[in-house]
Amino acid sequence: MYRSQRLALKYLAAAIGFFGVMTLAGLMSAYYYINPDFLFGILHFNIAKTLHIDTLVIWLLMGFMGAIYWFLPEELGIETVGIRAAEIMFYLFCLVVLAVAAIFVVVQYGGSDNAGMWLVNQGRKYVEAPRWAAACIVLVMLVFSYNLIGTAIRARKITGIMGVLIVDLVPLVVLYLDAFPAFRNMSVDLFWWWWLVHLWVEATWEVLIGCIMALALMSLLGTSRRIVETWLYIEVALVLGTGILGLGHHYFWIGTPQYWLAIGGFFSAFEPLPLLGMVVHAIYDAGTHHMKTSNRPAFYWMLAEAFGNFIGGGVWGFMITLPQVNLYAHGTQWTASHGHFAFWGAYACGVISVAYLVLQRIRGAASVDGTAWRWAFAALNFGLIGMVGTLLVSGFAQAFIERAVGGSTLEAFINAQESAWFVDGMYARFACGLIFAAGYVALVYDLLTIGRRVPARAAQPALP
Amino acid sequence: MQIDSPQFWRAGAISVIAVMTVVLIMLTIDSLAAIRSGGTHVPPYTVINQKIGYKYDSARAIDVPTVAGDEPLFGRAETSEQVAALIGKGKLVIQSRSCMNCHTFFGNGAYYAPDLTKSWLDPGWDAWQAITAAGSKEEAMVRFLMDPVKFRTWTRTMPQLNLTREEAVAVVAYLKWMSAVDTNGFPANFGLISTSR
Repeated sequence: MYRSQRLALKYLAAAIGFFGVMTLAGLMSAYYYINPDFLFGILHFNIAKTLHIDTLVIWLLMGFMGAIYWFLPEELGIETVGIRAAEIMFYLFCLVVLAVAAIFVVVQYGGSDNAGMWLVNQGRKYVEAPRWAAACIVLVMLVFSYNLIGTAIRARKITGIMGVLIVDLVPLVVLYLDAFPAFRNMSVDLFWWWWLVHLWVEATWEVLIGCIMALALMSLLGTSRRIVETWLYIEVALVLGTGILGLGHHYFWIGTPQYWLAIGGFFSAFEPLPLLGMVVHAIYDAGTHHMKTSNRPAFYWMLAEAFGNFIGGGVWGFMITLPQVNLYAHGTQWTASHGHFAFWGAYACGVISVAYLVLQRIRGAASVDGTAWRWAFAALNFGLIGMVGTLLVSGFAQAFIERAVGGSTLEAFINAQESAWFVDGMYARFACGLIFAAGYVALVYDLLTIGRRVPARAAQPALP
Repeated sequence: MQIDSPQFWRAGAISVIAVMTVVLIMLTIDSLAAIRSGGTHVPPYTVINQKIGYKYDSARAIDVPTVAGDEPLFGRAETSEQVAALIGKGKLVIQSRSCMNCHTFFGNGAYYAPDLTKSWLDPGWDAWQAITAAGSKEEAMVRFLMDPVKFRTWTRTMPQLNLTREEAVAVVAYLKWMSAVDTNGFPANFGLISTSR
């Protein structure tokens, strides 16, 4: 095993750990809706919510990095260049995340000055981490970029997937630089903030997970490089062809010119296309191999990734992407419903799939299967779809009562939040969150033990 | 180059990305001019010295902000330098107290507390003026922000964020400025429909 792959294991383990923190903080955030006095005066909703969404970004990013550190030496045939620096960066990354989490929980708020932004909390959604921490994350990303580019240069080899990956590193690092400024003008602030959030999540990350899934498909199903790379280029063309100007669907209401309504609505309406392509490809692969594989959990999570990405990101996103609907749906639980489904489908399922692939290899199991992963798969997906559905019901109520009927005043907000549809939706969401959390526990148990215990049933024959 | 070759699709991907990136850069240059303070869509910070409204514009078929006549915050007009400093302070207060992780601004943020895009214009402040025994809307907002637990609105209480008076005034100034931003009609029908429970 390469040293890079040992590092990959650490990244994947840390990712699954922070997945747990995200789940706990998410449960807390959901609970505030049904018991607003929970931890009042000690730890408020905004801190729990910050932990929830920041650890979401962190665990996925760590999962991506783990996947790439795993596949990189196999793809290029040599050890990752600068692996010692990468190992140091892993510990720095973990320390920074833990320190920031501790600051958010204990200190919570800084002063309304530059010192507060540098040391405590920047208060911008997804990029709340103080600037010192953001600087450390930039350093981690730069070393990560050096690892990839340096290894490709030393190997004197550049595959199609590696080429896409290396080009993707540029926006991945450059866009994160928006984690530093504090623009006085909220319109300007949000304009650049969406470059970071949208062009990361709906463009750069999509390409990144596309590369990871391409490598995983070759590893799991032995799909030919020619097919995988062709699909990757098609996906990149469609994702960026629709996603770059699809950015406009975030520019409807932030003070930007009215032409964004047409541009954003038009291009974002086509954003589901590449995701549909993934579904087609997944069905094709599943059919070709008659659903047989030596690693059922990895394969099923990969299928969940394709379907979840299309339905959660594509279909759920399309529901609210046209300005005529977005005027009422924007900033309601309807958006939260889409956000949960899209992140889960687009990224989380892919990272879990890679974790299973890696575990089969390091434990030397010819085949991995069993019962626990099925429980985890069922509970996590059922819980997540339940949360998505209940948030959607609450979101419909909010869009109708607060936005369409109430005219969006403070009182209209309260009216919507107190409606039976909204309240019942929040209770049901919390219940689904508990199912999801149980699924997480089953997942951790399975990841710790799969390939080590005696299979509960006869293993499927390994693919040739 | 054959249509089923990876090279064909690589060339396609590069072309598409190049075209879309150039278009995005051009639109960004135009948009940044429109959204600078004093641009076509975003008012100068000195707008807080004036009376701000929000009404339906039949030509654009959306609600748009209106600015007419003097109505300085706390009754005293500020210079453009003072106003810029005040707005800058307000933004830092909003960030430092992580307001965006409960509220939304232009609909962006968390969804636990009300959207603040047009909160300066909210009809509810009239009642809060009486509740806080304040002589003006802006004073009522300041008193609420400095002690939201005392003036709790409903079951979901805003926590005590230990704002100084200077910080609370800056936030109110920020909300007033923000209410004059042309948001292409978001939120629709704000304050125009009765919401009496």
